[in-house]
Formats: sequence, C-alpha cells, structure tokens
Amino acid sequence: MDFSFLLLALGQIISPQTIAYALAALGLAVQFGFTGLLNFGQAGFMAIGGYAFAITTLHLGFPFWLAVLATLVATTVMALVLGIPTLRLRADYLAIVTIAAAEIVRYVVKTPDLIPLTGGSDGLNGAAVTFDALNPIPPGSYGFGPLRYDENDLWIILVGWIFVILVALLVRQLMKSPWGRVIKGIREDEDAVRSLGKNVFSYKMQSLILGGALGGLATIINIIPTSLQPDNYGTQTTFFLLTIILLGGATTVFGPLVGAIVFWIVLSLADGFLSLAVQYHWLPITTIQQGPVRFIIVGVALMLIVIFRPSGLIGKKREAFFA
Amino acid sequence: MPDTTTERAALIEGAPAPGVKKTDPIVVADGVQRTFGGVHAVDVDHVEIPRGAITALIGPNGAGKTTFFNLLTGFDKPNHGSWSFDGKPIGGVPAYKVARRGMIRTFQLTKALSMLSVMENMRLGAQEQPGENIARALVPALWRGREQQITERAQDLLARFKLDTKADDFAASLSGGQRKLLEMARALMSDPTMIMLDEPMAGVNPALTQSLLHHILDLKATGMTVLFVEHDMHVVREIADWVIVMAEGRIVAEGYPDQVMSDQAVIDAYLGSHHDTDLGDLSEEQQAELLDETQAEVEREEERNDG
Ligand SMILES: Nc1ncnc2c1ncn2[C@@H]1O[C@H](COP(=O)(O)OP(=O)(O)O)[C@@H](O)[C@H]1O
Ligand SMILES: [Mg+2]
Repeated sequence: MDFSFLLLALGQIISPQTIAYALAALGLAVQFGFTGLLNFGQAGFMAIGGYAFAITTLHLGFPFWLAVLATLVATTVMALVLGIPTLRLRADYLAIVTIAAAEIVRYVVKTPDLIPLTGGSDGLNGAAVTFDALNPIPPGSYGFGPLRYDENDLWIILVGWIFVILVALLVRQLMKSPWGRVIKGIREDEDAVRSLGKNVFSYKMQSLILGGALGGLATIINIIPTSLQPDNYGTQTTFFLLTIILLGGATTVFGPLVGAIVFWIVLSLADGFLSLAVQYHWLPITTIQQGPVRFIIVGVALMLIVIFRPSGLIGKKREAFFA
Repeated sequence: MPDTTTERAALIEGAPAPGVKKTDPIVVADGVQRTFGGVHAVDVDHVEIPRGAITALIGPNGAGKTTFFNLLTGFDKPNHGSWSFDGKPIGGVPAYKVARRGMIRTFQLTKALSMLSVMENMRLGAQEQPGENIARALVPALWRGREQQITERAQDLLARFKLDTKADDFAASLSGGQRKLLEMARALMSDPTMIMLDEPMAGVNPALTQSLLHHILDLKATGMTVLFVEHDMHVVREIADWVIVMAEGRIVAEGYPDQVMSDQAVIDAYLGSHHDTDLGDLSEEQQAELLDETQAEVEREEERNDG
C-alpha cells in the first residue's frame, strides 16, 4: 500500500495554496468575525485582485510592486462599489450583493469576448515572472522524500509565510487598538456604537476594504506557483474560507491560519484514504465519487466542530459564534 | 427635594401648557412628524426642553416617546419637522454627529456590547481617542496616553455606578439592571451636554433605583441637561423638574410634576377617561400593572433581538 499521501498531506502545511487560503480567511475574519459583515463574496475579491495582478503584469508589463498596488486598487474599488450602497442597510443586503458580485466577476472574466484580456475559461498563465525575477535562491531542488521544491516554489513559500505572519501580527495590533474596539463594538451592536459618536459606516467600509485587500493579495500567492483559473474563485471558495475561520476561530487572528492548515491537511488526508479505499474496494464508491465524498467528510468535520468546539480550535469559549 | 420652587418657576415663560416657551431651552423642536404606515407615531407641534434641568417624558406605551428620542438623536428620519440643539439646527444630522455634539442617548432595550468587557464598553464611550483612526492605531505611542486618561475616567464612573468589580467581565455576564447602569455610565464617558435616557429604571432592581436617582441628580448638579422616559410616577415626582406628557404621538400636557399628575388630560391618557385619581397616588397594584406592561414589552423585544 502506498502511504506517501501522508507526507503529501504534511506538505499542505506549507503549500502556497494553504498560505493563500490563510490570508483570504484572515481577511474574511476581519470582516465577518471581528466586524460582523456578511461578506459572502470573498472569492470575488480574490478574483478581482488576482486578475488585476495578472493583467497588469502580463499585458501592461507592470513591475511586481506596481502590480501588487493594482491589486489593492482593484479590491478597494470593489469594496467601495459593493459597500457604499449596502453598508447603511441591514446586514443581509451586503451578503446578497457580495455573493452576486462574486459570481458576476467570474462570469465576466470567462466571457469569450474578453479572452485576449482575461484568457477566458483557461485563465492566465505566467504572472509569476516579475516575482520569480526577484528570487535570490540559487537554482536547485530542495526538500525531502516526495516533498521536493524548486527554487521558485521555495521562494513563494518563504515570502508567502513571512508575509502572512506579518499581516496577522498587523491585524492583531489593529484589533487590540481602539480601532479594533470600535470594530468589535459594531459586531455586537452598531446602533450602540453610533450612539457613542462613532462613524459606523466608515469603520465598516474600512473593514470591508482591508478584508478584501487581503483576499486579493492571497490570490497573488495562490497563482504565482500555478496559474489564475477563474473557476477556483467560485462560491465554493468563499464557503471553504468560512469553514476555515469557523474551524480555527472566527474572532481570532491566528485562527484562520490554523484553520487553513487543518482544512487542507484534512482534505488531503481524506483524499488519500479514499483513494486507498477505492483501490482496495473497502468502500462501495468509484473514483468519480471520491471527489464529492471528501467534501462530505469536510462538511461532517465542520458540523462536529460547531457542535463540540463552537469557538473554533483556538478561539476563546466566550466569543463563540454558535454559543 | 433639592429644588426650590423659585428655581423651577424660572424654567418657563408664561403659564404651563403644551409647547410652552422655556427661558433657556437647549432643544427646540417644531412640527416634527413621523408616521409608520398610517400611524402617527410622533406628531409634535412645538416643544422645548429646558437647559440644565431634569425633564421627564411620560406617556402610555406606544405614545411615541422612543420614536421621538430616535428622531431627535438622528436614529430615525421624520416625515417633516426641524429641531435644534444648543442653538444649532440638527435635523438630518447623522446619529454619530449628534452624539459628538454632546447629545447622547441610551436605549430602552439595553445595548450593552456583550462580547466586550465592561471596561472596553466604557472606553468605547470616550471621544477623541486618536487610536480609533486605523493608521494611528498601528502606533500605540500615539494613543497610549489618551487610553490611560480614558481608563481612569472609566474606573471613576464604574466605581460611582458600583460596577468597578465587574470591569474585566464580559458585559454579557451582567444582570439586566447592571447593563442599564453600564449603558448610562458609558454614555457619560464623553461628558455630554445633554443625556437622554429611555426608561433607565426598567428592570433595575429597587435597591439600585435609589442610587440611580442620585446619579441623575448629580448629573444635573454638574450642569448637564437630562431628558428621561419613565413610567414610575414616584420617580418622576422625586427627581423631575419638568414633565412632558405624550399620548398618541402628541404632547398633551406639560408642567411641574405635581401639577401634571393631577391633570385630567394626563390621567385620561394613561387610564382612559372617568378616572379622577392623581397619577402620583396610583395604588401599588396600578403602578405595578403599568410597570409590568413595560417590562413585558421590553422582554418581548429582547427575545426578538436575541432570536
Ligand atoms: N419601526 C417601527 N415600525 C412600525 N411602527 C413603529 C415602529 N416604531 C414604533 N412604531 C409605532 O409607533 C408608535 C410609537 O412607538 P414608541 O415610540 O415605541 O412608543 P413609546 O416609546 O412611547 O412606548 C407605536 O404605535 C409603535 O407601534
Ligand atoms: Mg419606548
């Protein structure tokens, strides 16, 4: 029997995909966990940010930092467009508008007429050039066993993790500050915060922009070792992110990081075990059914967490979302 | 009773009547109307709130008191009307700006921020904390000093409201009455010119009520204007300098506490016609009944909010 999938699952701990999901989940935690904003379109922010980076890099020849700036501009514009009409209304309006906007983004970039710009359904390849050009690591193969990384893989993993940890520290500092106090107050009761003289609309906007920006930056990390695929940023992605923050603790800063790691490990292990189970006929399912079944496992895991650890793996009990 | 008759007589110009002019009004409202569907929740022709005094706003449930509070403080928009605070028009000014101008209100349904500690609730009430700006928040040196001042003031107020031992607890762990106290203490963090309390005594246990009354009298002593909604007529009689009576959205009577409570229009508004009791002399049962009604309403709404 081939148990190498165990090591591969271990590889999920540091994979760029995990980093990207951790960062996007952190953004969602800022919005949902700390501010109480129902952003069901984080995948849309991720897509907008990713396309801004890839298009400015590939079509306009932007240097890396300028392309990153383009990502921040794009996610900020999206936050303003979605937030201005909805953030004064009841919370559910934002949810409806964001979920719709994320789908609109996905359909628009896939439009055949836009293929020259967005690559249509095939997405965009090669946006990593400017980032890889900055790579100081000598060419070679690094790692052990089945976990092998070339110099560019290692470069994005290193930069990605350092960046994610810096951002998490930054967000933690914000949440411990008086700014964070206002933000958490809004989550509890925005009218109370308003009655104390705080411009609630402006704070909600700031939170939406910050969280969306983290989503956009996450996509840069996600696409550098691979490519930008529009279908990776569907509604399912937003729900993975929600799963991750509930798993780790929605009202914590490091919960999304832990949640992302656990999520991808569990998914990867489930995949490995299911492959074995299919191969040796332990389970009456086919290879085709294997994909959906692992998500059922994730769903069950999520239910168990909500039941037994409602505040997430590292959340404080008192701040549970499902108390 | 801390008030002398002469002090009270100086409040108004002319004889007590709905809409009577005050010698020194802090709030002046004109033609304020708010309808919900066909219901005239608020329909106030003219009313003035005297500065530096304690004014009670009374009236049966559904009279429009809370809606009037919401309108004055920018939490709701009227169909018509204008009003000013401290000489400046504030109709259409957003709620947070009204609060910054020094008109702070509390809510009938307490809005303690449950998942914040009592101390954090208090700090949130302070103004001019530079760390509430997202960029400055990242540099603690820019806001630590102010935070220290805020914390000291908060400790002071918490001690006065007998909540100092709870400072580090989640607000969620407080009793209903303690939450009312917290909300009032929090409103005082910004040192407002005027405080508007929507049923501050509802749900507060009788032992605390007395100290709450003293706090309110203390506020007046520091020059603050107080407007409060209250159902307990003993309370109104004990601390109010002036009473405004609402029924079905209108101001139906205004006057000194003793006068108002024997006013036939007021008694009618509360108890229907054919009663000639002084509201202040209501029997214990009648008082309890009125209180129960409010209490039940509060509980119903709180249930709705929790659900
Ligand atoms: N948001 C609302 N929607 C519909 N009707 C409302 C709303 N708020 C208040 N009302 C109605 O307006 C009237 C006044 O209510 P309210 O101001 O709460 O009275 P009070 O505080 O004096 O008990 C009542 O008839 C109430 O049902
Ligand atoms: Mg009311």
